[in-house]
Amino acid sequence: MNILQKFFTRINLNKNSKSYNAAVIAFLLMLLIIGVFLSISFGSSKISLSEIFNAMRQGDPGSKVYKIISFVRIPRTLAAVLAGCALSVSGAILQSVLNNSLASPGIIGVNSGAGLFAVLIAAFFPANIYYTTFAAFTGAFVAVLLVYYIAKETGASRMAIVLSGVAVSSFIGAATDTVLTLKPDVVMERTAFLIGGFSGVTMDRLSFAAFFIIIAFIVALILSYDMNILALGDETAKSLGLNVRRFRFIFLILVAMLAGAAISFAGLLGFVGLIIPHVSRFLVGYDNRILIPVSALLGSIFTLLCDLLARVIFAPYEIPVGIIMSFLGGPFFIYLLIKGRRGQLYD
Amino acid sequence: MIKLKNITAGYNNVEVIKNINIAFEEASITTIIGKNGCGKTTLLKTAANILKAFKGEVILKDRNISSFSNKELAKKLSFLPQIRKVPNITVYNLVMHGRYPYLDFLRVPQQKDKEIVQKTIEDMALGKYINKNIYELSGGQRQKVYIAMLLAQDTDIIFLDEPTTYLDINHQLEILEIIKRLKKMGKTIVMVLHDLNNALSYSDKICLMDKGEIVIYDSPEKVFESREIDRVFKVYSSQITFEDEMPKQYLFNLK
Repeated sequence: MNILQKFFTRINLNKNSKSYNAAVIAFLLMLLIIGVFLSISFGSSKISLSEIFNAMRQGDPGSKVYKIISFVRIPRTLAAVLAGCALSVSGAILQSVLNNSLASPGIIGVNSGAGLFAVLIAAFFPANIYYTTFAAFTGAFVAVLLVYYIAKETGASRMAIVLSGVAVSSFIGAATDTVLTLKPDVVMERTAFLIGGFSGVTMDRLSFAAFFIIIAFIVALILSYDMNILALGDETAKSLGLNVRRFRFIFLILVAMLAGAAISFAGLLGFVGLIIPHVSRFLVGYDNRILIPVSALLGSIFTLLCDLLARVIFAPYEIPVGIIMSFLGGPFFIYLLIKGRRGQLYD
Repeated sequence: MIKLKNITAGYNNVEVIKNINIAFEEASITTIIGKNGCGKTTLLKTAANILKAFKGEVILKDRNISSFSNKELAKKLSFLPQIRKVPNITVYNLVMHGRYPYLDFLRVPQQKDKEIVQKTIEDMALGKYINKNIYELSGGQRQKVYIAMLLAQDTDIIFLDEPTTYLDINHQLEILEIIKRLKKMGKTIVMVLHDLNNALSYSDKICLMDKGEIVIYDSPEKVFESREIDRVFKVYSSQITFEDEMPKQYLFNLK
């Protein structure tokens, strides 16, 4: 990423200036568009760009290419874009609002809540497995409300939220394990959910989640300036006229909506939510007004890229995208930490 | 005009200040002094509506302070906490945060906000740091940036919790001179200071506190003469007067 940064400074754009930010956004948008085309084109069978255009223009529902594109590739691409965007933005919001560099959606119980509800459906209502998306989303939401309620009783401080998140996650995790012990036959479902991935995503499963992601993303953009104020600390924010508790609650709900919706169709891809906001800050700094859109774009690009690799590395076999993500993201993140010598930013 | 009536306040059901009655004078500097843990900051935070009182009421312009909306109140009084975070943003952006209570639904600063921020930064002699990150500044400069944010907030009443602590002597005096300038602009300043000499020589009123109560609230001269400072801090204080226009200075020795 510092190559990128050097590139932008080399072409005479000052960091933090509006033109620098615009250049970063334009560059990322370009990458995203390229990524989307690659993602539609590559897979167990390769479809060339001209074939894609021809198939879509003719719109013949009977053709094989059209079927693959509209029922497999497009839903999958959209899923990667939406999940990457949602998880990164929710991570960026949480890290800013809780002032904790280690915060990712999992920390406030989103993952465990979604996991429990998904497992409950699989174990007790296997006939209704279709509702897993909805259940995971509800689970994430319930867990966050529980975390917030406990934190509120103890003053809703940042630390209270993190600690009650850990406690609630561990409790819900135990509940999930209990269900799995009593009903061992659902274990397979759970493994796929834990690693996360986009194979088998359909348009109807996606549209429900997409609705929440888009709404939450727009609200996050509108409230990004309030997020900056909240990051000044509770007392300063309050003296500037910000209702600290109310906004912290709104932001937690946004995080739950974004992460819960993404988890509901993609499983636990929590790592994106941790690293992408950090990489984005490295590029554009800490102003949430620019950080939120850049996180969204970078998250989408990264997830798209990982999913692409997951499909093509051992084609025709497929590796779960979560594995690729950790293999790629982990070392890259460590590289950033060392190379960027960012210690001073994290004291 | 802001006054506290029968205020009892504290944290986690522990009363730190008890039955406080005080009215802060307009367009003047009031400094709260007292030993560590005597309730200075609690008093300041309660007056600034950062902390809710257990009992009693804070009256601002003949209205109970809790009857104001958050933003309404933020246009009338500002508060600089003692411990602050160092946000990773530019000087300009931090000072612009002072305009937050004035922004509309879309939170986009208008031309007027930009002009105020620009002027405040120049008035505080921070012009050459305007695009610098706050992380790159020294402690004294950071303090000035925070005070610039308060000035951009443009409130009649300003609360400052230990604005000079941890600063070198030059920055301490610079900050105190800025505070004096604010008073001349008609602002009401209420602050907590640990440096008794600065407190006595820069303030119009001194509020001496001990064990959660106000011991004496009067002019520095009267407070000095009362010898209550000596009793509360267990020191012996003496006054140095100069022949020319220099303000009086104060010395403190252990008893």
